[in-house]
Amino acid sequence: MHFTRPKPFLFDPSESLTMSTTTVSTATATRAEHSPLAWTPQPTGFIHDVLTVAIRELRPLIREPFTLVFGMMQPLFFLGLFGPLLVRTSGLGEAATLQWFVPGIIVMSVLFGTSTTGANLLQDITTGAHERMLVTPLSRSSLVVGRALKEIVPVIGQAVIIVAVSTPFGFEPHAASLLGIVLLAVFGVGLGALSYALAMVAGDNPYVFWMVQQSVLFPLLLLSGMLLPLDDAPGWMTVLADLNPLTYLVDAERALFAGNAGADALYGAIASAVMAGIGLGVAVKGINKEAR
Amino acid sequence: MRFSGIWRETRARTAVVGEAWVVNGRNGDVRADSGQYLAGMLGRVRLMINAQGLARTFQTSNYSTVEAVRGIDLHVAEGELVAFLGPNGAGKSTTLRMLTTLLPPTSGTATVAGFDIASDPGEVRRCIGYVGQGDGAGHMQRVRDELITQGRCYGIGAAESRHRADELLEQLQLTEQANQKVMTLSGGQKRRLDVALGLVHRPGLLFLDEPSTGLDPQNRANLWSHILRLREETGMTIFLTTHYLDEADAMAERVMVMDRGEVIADDTADGLKADLAARSDLAQPTLDDVFLDLTGRSLRDSFMPAVAAAA
Ligand SMILES: Nc1ncnc2c1ncn2[C@@H]1O[C@H](COP(=O)(O)OP(=O)(O)OP(=O)(O)O)[C@@H](O)[C@H]1O
Ligand SMILES: [Mg+2]
Repeated sequence: MHFTRPKPFLFDPSESLTMSTTTVSTATATRAEHSPLAWTPQPTGFIHDVLTVAIRELRPLIREPFTLVFGMMQPLFFLGLFGPLLVRTSGLGEAATLQWFVPGIIVMSVLFGTSTTGANLLQDITTGAHERMLVTPLSRSSLVVGRALKEIVPVIGQAVIIVAVSTPFGFEPHAASLLGIVLLAVFGVGLGALSYALAMVAGDNPYVFWMVQQSVLFPLLLLSGMLLPLDDAPGWMTVLADLNPLTYLVDAERALFAGNAGADALYGAIASAVMAGIGLGVAVKGINKEAR
Repeated sequence: MRFSGIWRETRARTAVVGEAWVVNGRNGDVRADSGQYLAGMLGRVRLMINAQGLARTFQTSNYSTVEAVRGIDLHVAEGELVAFLGPNGAGKSTTLRMLTTLLPPTSGTATVAGFDIASDPGEVRRCIGYVGQGDGAGHMQRVRDELITQGRCYGIGAAESRHRADELLEQLQLTEQANQKVMTLSGGQKRRLDVALGLVHRPGLLFLDEPSTGLDPQNRANLWSHILRLREETGMTIFLTTHYLDEADAMAERVMVMDRGEVIADDTADGLKADLAARSDLAQPTLDDVFLDLTGRSLRDSFMPAVAAAA
């Protein structure tokens, strides 16, 4: 291989000859003067940064929309292989049982989808892509807020698919379902943000992420009355269920998908908003701590 | 510590004032052999990297720590191309990660592109480009998408970002892979993409951590001619690490050698070679000879990094 040695890229001799012994540049100039660079990128706004990150995260989904369905395999199995059993045992008939069961399955798909989304960040951390983005001028918090906001799209996509699949079997979505989807999206942003925070804590140890994710996901899921009614649950379980934010979301979704925007919906809205607030707060705090 | 050539000379005649070094000495042609300087005033030198006593210690367990970087001073002037060499585990990447604001130093200070890495990290990031040692591109992303995103991260408009992405794909011969997932690229293709990502915004100061590792000879030559052309056009300052000593010899105006967390040599390649020739019986030592002389010939597998009992 032959390399040609470049011309030395140093200092303009004509300039230096005219200079005498000392030239002082002060450190208190404007940015352009202060930095030795002729051009530097201008600051971008927080919204620009959040959108940049969210769009990056959405691109693989847009390129391959079918991946959306892979993420909801479990919920679809529950719908197809658990639903029929429930119809038998409930004795309410197919339509009424689905009306109760489908909102729970939609929440389940949101749960699976958004709680595992940190795995994407985990991969970017292990490969170095996250590090690359940390060196760009993007604001720290936009790196998690953008990722969390992107969750809105798969949440809506999955809810629509499940409704479309179950409607022919007698499930009847009402107009208030749209509000139900909004609550799901808000809740999904919060849970997604927590998943990213967990990925940052796990860092180079993916098993930490999966261990914590699994051991939080299943108790939350089973204690929310998502699969079976908790009416006959033992007392201690009812107490735990009442402490579970997911319980309120599931109840709200059942009410809204049945067309009732009442107290249950309000509690669900509060639970979702609290979830989003906590999730985003924890994630933003996490990334600001990890990287200045 | 062995310093020779212009930098030793300069050091003796300089004083740090504000962000600039005031050099009151002879103008140095860095290509010239060690000790041969042209007469003349050097005038003002703007320092793109100015680090003092930069150190980083890692806690590896409850009982032990690794001193990856042990209080090094770095001075890189605007427009310079400096090769940062050293055996595996010497602390090169750790140094780069500190200078690029990814890792807070345990002690010491540094200004990069005129901004303090501790108090002004946002401004530093706006001024620099960084190509890390690992993969920079997200595995699930498509090649062209990731380049466009990178432009957007630096506030470049959408159309301009697309244009820049296509330009870089062509220059680094990745056009055919534009719509492939990063995951499916070969090692060398991935590496070229990483470098492209670092060049999207035409930074004034570029950090490259082993940019050419894994590239075939044609692509190495192509990569370097591209980087050097960009440098001619923009006056970019480059601070790079490499294990290919021929690259460092041919391209860098200055070579720094790091070992066990310390800078053990800092000179032109020719200066280092002349120095070794004077001390040994080698008639025409190569940079490889210099490297082995400075860092020893024994394999580093048996070398335990400095382990100090945790306080
Ligand atoms: N996050 C970390 N935690 C603990 N030790 C670390 C960490 N990062 C680096 N080290 C240690 O610091 C030392 C220097 O590592 P560094 O990556 O800077 O070396 P390097 O010069 O870049 O080597 P190479 O040529 O192999 O890339 C090594 O001993 C390494 O094990
Ligand atoms: Mg390294």
